[in-house]
Amino acid sequence: MSQEKPRSGTPAIPTGRAMPREDRLSPPNWPEGRAAAPNGTFSTIGKRNRKVEGLAKVTGRAIYADDITLPRMLHAKLKRSIHAHARILSIDATEALAMPGVHAVITGKDLPAWFGIIPWTEDEQALCEEKARYVGDAIAAVAADSERIAEEALAKIRVEYEVLPAVTDIDTALSHPEWKVNEKAAEGNISKQVFLEFGDVEGQLAASDAVVEGDYWYEGSTHAPIEPHCCVAEFDATGFLTVWSSTQVAHYLHRDLAKVLGLPTQRVRVIQPVVGGAFGGKSEPFSLEFCSAKLSMITGRPVKILYTREEVFYAHRGRHPMRMHYRTGIRRDGTLTGVDAKIAIDGGAYSSFGLVTTYYSGQLLTAPYTMPAYRFDSTRVFTNKPCCGPKRGHGSVQPRFAFECQLDKLAEKIAMDPIELRRKNFIGEHTRTVNGMRITSNGFLQCLDEVERAAGWSGKFRKLPYGRGVGVAGSMYISGTNYCIYPNEMPQAAVHLRLDRSGRATVMCGISDIGQGADSVLAYIVCEELGLELRDVRVVAADTDLTPVDLGSYSSRETFMCGNACLDAARKLRHDIARVLADAWGCEPAQVTLAGGIACSTRDPQRECMSVKDAFQRAEAKLGTLGSVGWYQTPKLGGDYRGGTIGASPAYSFTAHVAEVDCDLETGFVRVKKLWVAHDCGRALNPVTVEGQMEGSAYMGAAEALLETQDFKPAAQYHGPGLHHGPSLLDYRIPTSLDTPEFESLIVESIDPEGPYGAKEAGEGPLHPSVPAIANAIHDALGIRCDRLPFSPPAVLKLLRAGDARAEWERARRPLAAAGAR
Amino acid sequence: MPATSFILRLSVNGDPRECAVTPGTTLLEALRYEMGLTGSKQGCDKGDCGACTVVMDGQPVLACITLAMACEGRAVTTIEGLARHGVPHEVQDALDQSGGAQCGFCTPGILMSAWALLERNRNPSRDEIAQALSGNLCRCTGYTKIFEAVEQAALRMRAARGER
Repeated sequence: MSQEKPRSGTPAIPTGRAMPREDRLSPPNWPEGRAAAPNGTFSTIGKRNRKVEGLAKVTGRAIYADDITLPRMLHAKLKRSIHAHARILSIDATEALAMPGVHAVITGKDLPAWFGIIPWTEDEQALCEEKARYVGDAIAAVAADSERIAEEALAKIRVEYEVLPAVTDIDTALSHPEWKVNEKAAEGNISKQVFLEFGDVEGQLAASDAVVEGDYWYEGSTHAPIEPHCCVAEFDATGFLTVWSSTQVAHYLHRDLAKVLGLPTQRVRVIQPVVGGAFGGKSEPFSLEFCSAKLSMITGRPVKILYTREEVFYAHRGRHPMRMHYRTGIRRDGTLTGVDAKIAIDGGAYSSFGLVTTYYSGQLLTAPYTMPAYRFDSTRVFTNKPCCGPKRGHGSVQPRFAFECQLDKLAEKIAMDPIELRRKNFIGEHTRTVNGMRITSNGFLQCLDEVERAAGWSGKFRKLPYGRGVGVAGSMYISGTNYCIYPNEMPQAAVHLRLDRSGRATVMCGISDIGQGADSVLAYIVCEELGLELRDVRVVAADTDLTPVDLGSYSSRETFMCGNACLDAARKLRHDIARVLADAWGCEPAQVTLAGGIACSTRDPQRECMSVKDAFQRAEAKLGTLGSVGWYQTPKLGGDYRGGTIGASPAYSFTAHVAEVDCDLETGFVRVKKLWVAHDCGRALNPVTVEGQMEGSAYMGAAEALLETQDFKPAAQYHGPGLHHGPSLLDYRIPTSLDTPEFESLIVESIDPEGPYGAKEAGEGPLHPSVPAIANAIHDALGIRCDRLPFSPPAVLKLLRAGDARAEWERARRPLAAAGAR
Repeated sequence: MPATSFILRLSVNGDPRECAVTPGTTLLEALRYEMGLTGSKQGCDKGDCGACTVVMDGQPVLACITLAMACEGRAVTTIEGLARHGVPHEVQDALDQSGGAQCGFCTPGILMSAWALLERNRNPSRDEIAQALSGNLCRCTGYTKIFEAVEQAALRMRAARGER
């Protein structure tokens, strides 16, 4: 196959730094390092603690956005396009405005500014002004006394459309550049193209003993958090805007609200109430935030918008469908040689994080296995469908599926156990990937050992009866990105820590807890450093008036970055207090410990001892009011080439899964009996929440593998193309308690030198291997290769009937049996 | 045009309550917006997700597809009614301890279904728990820790009530 050259005219998008990299802040370099316990042993970290907000959640007291009701509050609804692609000729709201109880109607003309989460691809408007680009694109908003009146008013807004040809798949997007979905695209329907090559791929492939070539399709899926998007906006008499929103990026929302509404940022406040799940689906601004704010500015009253479940499906920003072609070479001894990937990405109508997605589709594949040569050519296109974006494991879940299936096929080809093949190509720790990413700690080998042992791999692989099988897969993921999405050299995360003479600590941080336990991580760190009980730490989070900037809950950055910022702040105060007590007791500050509510010296803990509260008071009397700031900024990272910083992270997590499946030969139904999940999270600050992330990730991966499809109907008699096939939680099949597999979480701790107490991410990495591990298990069970998602009963049956699956199954187990006989 | 309102009388968490509802008002709307009981959640508004589950006369029901007027004279328990004198119920405490509440949005519905199960079966098997919770979608946990919490709660409830 001839390698296609990258197309010319790739949009000129800088990879983005305004200041020289040398100016970068560097985090404090403590002699004791980041990983060690302050007093030699941990008292809070690593314990199976509760979360700080847990009791509020189980008693129904936690306040989510829709639980907020303000005096005189209005309710607003959005009018949405019924066409996938249409010019808006006119909008007549006269009749709607005349309705009793209707207070205001706005259209695209009221909010004309373009925005976008990535500053180089600002290609969206809060309400479409000229053109609707997907079924469900917002074009007008109504504020009324109640949701019902607003809904009735929507029906009375008359929109005149000129229907345009709709682009609903990748091939049409490429073959019809004249049907331009998004006018901001530099060329046709190309959203972003990335071509990068490291090493001599063709040479490596030519020198391989075996090359496997495969085509893969990863179906789109959506986050489906149980809480629909909701926001309340209040523009007060002094010209100050407050927005409560179910967002996971309060800081970015803050900036974009100011920009689109034309307000100074210092007169906008964003508060994130408790968020009912996000998974990446709330990581950029949506129409509802701009519209409720604008309607509040017009009416002088608070305005709430709550999306219906149907609207959540159209708001989307979920997993990109990807069509992938891979060539992977190997030597007879199991050493990987060259990897060549060509990837087409269906982006939907807007860019969202698409620039990053396109890079991630290639950049995040280069560990945990070493590869001498690697090349990827990824193209993201615009289509007239809801916009795709970051869903848990952003951009890298799809190529990981394809690549781990490739590895399984290669292992079969050279008659090597697939776990052994993965071990053989382990990249190691404290090393660099072929594309220049710095790897620090790496517990991948231990992950493989754990799943191999726990699953009883050697007794199952190629040994179970027809219809049952096991499969393995591995992966890596980032613990935060190297750069903020808008170029600046300020800290990525910051903490203000206040100690009160009552014995209480208050941590203030822009951190975004979306259920993963981010707030609790801060509390655990403060407890550990200052010897407090959990109930004596209050976390104030994600309020742009009260908390210093953190960039938000995306790219698995919160534990690593806010954790480090918090460690910085807490350690400063611990050192201050230790110095004051050491002076009083005449010992060294290093001899002062704070633990379990007690401050004492290690020299004479019986006599030199007081409560932590007294210690705070002693320190306050000596030093004045106690407070500190802590921050975190990543070191200089990444490859020295354009795009080389995208995919760079201060630390990477590693995961291995083994899946066991049981397949029904009559119906093609695949049941995942069990998933063994081993994850290197650096250090588990709380094993309960780490396991929760591992199980939740593996569940979501299994759901994508077997059930979920975010797909759209072609034109039919009563509707045009682009209608969601079932925008409800009944039709969109997320697993229930009866469908979910059994999970076994195996935490691996590699203790990262730069993570807070050695911690790395756990929220997204453990999703990746689920899908390929299940695909590989199906091959072990049935002798078929599921290269297209989802592995639904019709798809499996079709594969079973396409060839002689049974013979392929027999053939696959012969070499290993032979090896066993030797 | 505003529909005629009726006065609904029912018992909520043991208290007699009355509120004005229209024929189209759902039980969830009456609880959340008329009575200020925002613990029950709206995740889909059409009976798919289970986040609005409350217990009516011992049975878990979906408040978002139950008309308020159909609850005249009934006894409804919501998530706010599980704790007694500020002390969380065993099943609430166990869910918190086991990490079964991540984002917490499905949690009130999960707890009401679990509580209704435990009230009629103090020693449910894993399958019975999964069956009882099959109308409550959770997107965070993969359900494992929720199952463990319900088992733990059952154990504690039997111990507290001297059952084996």
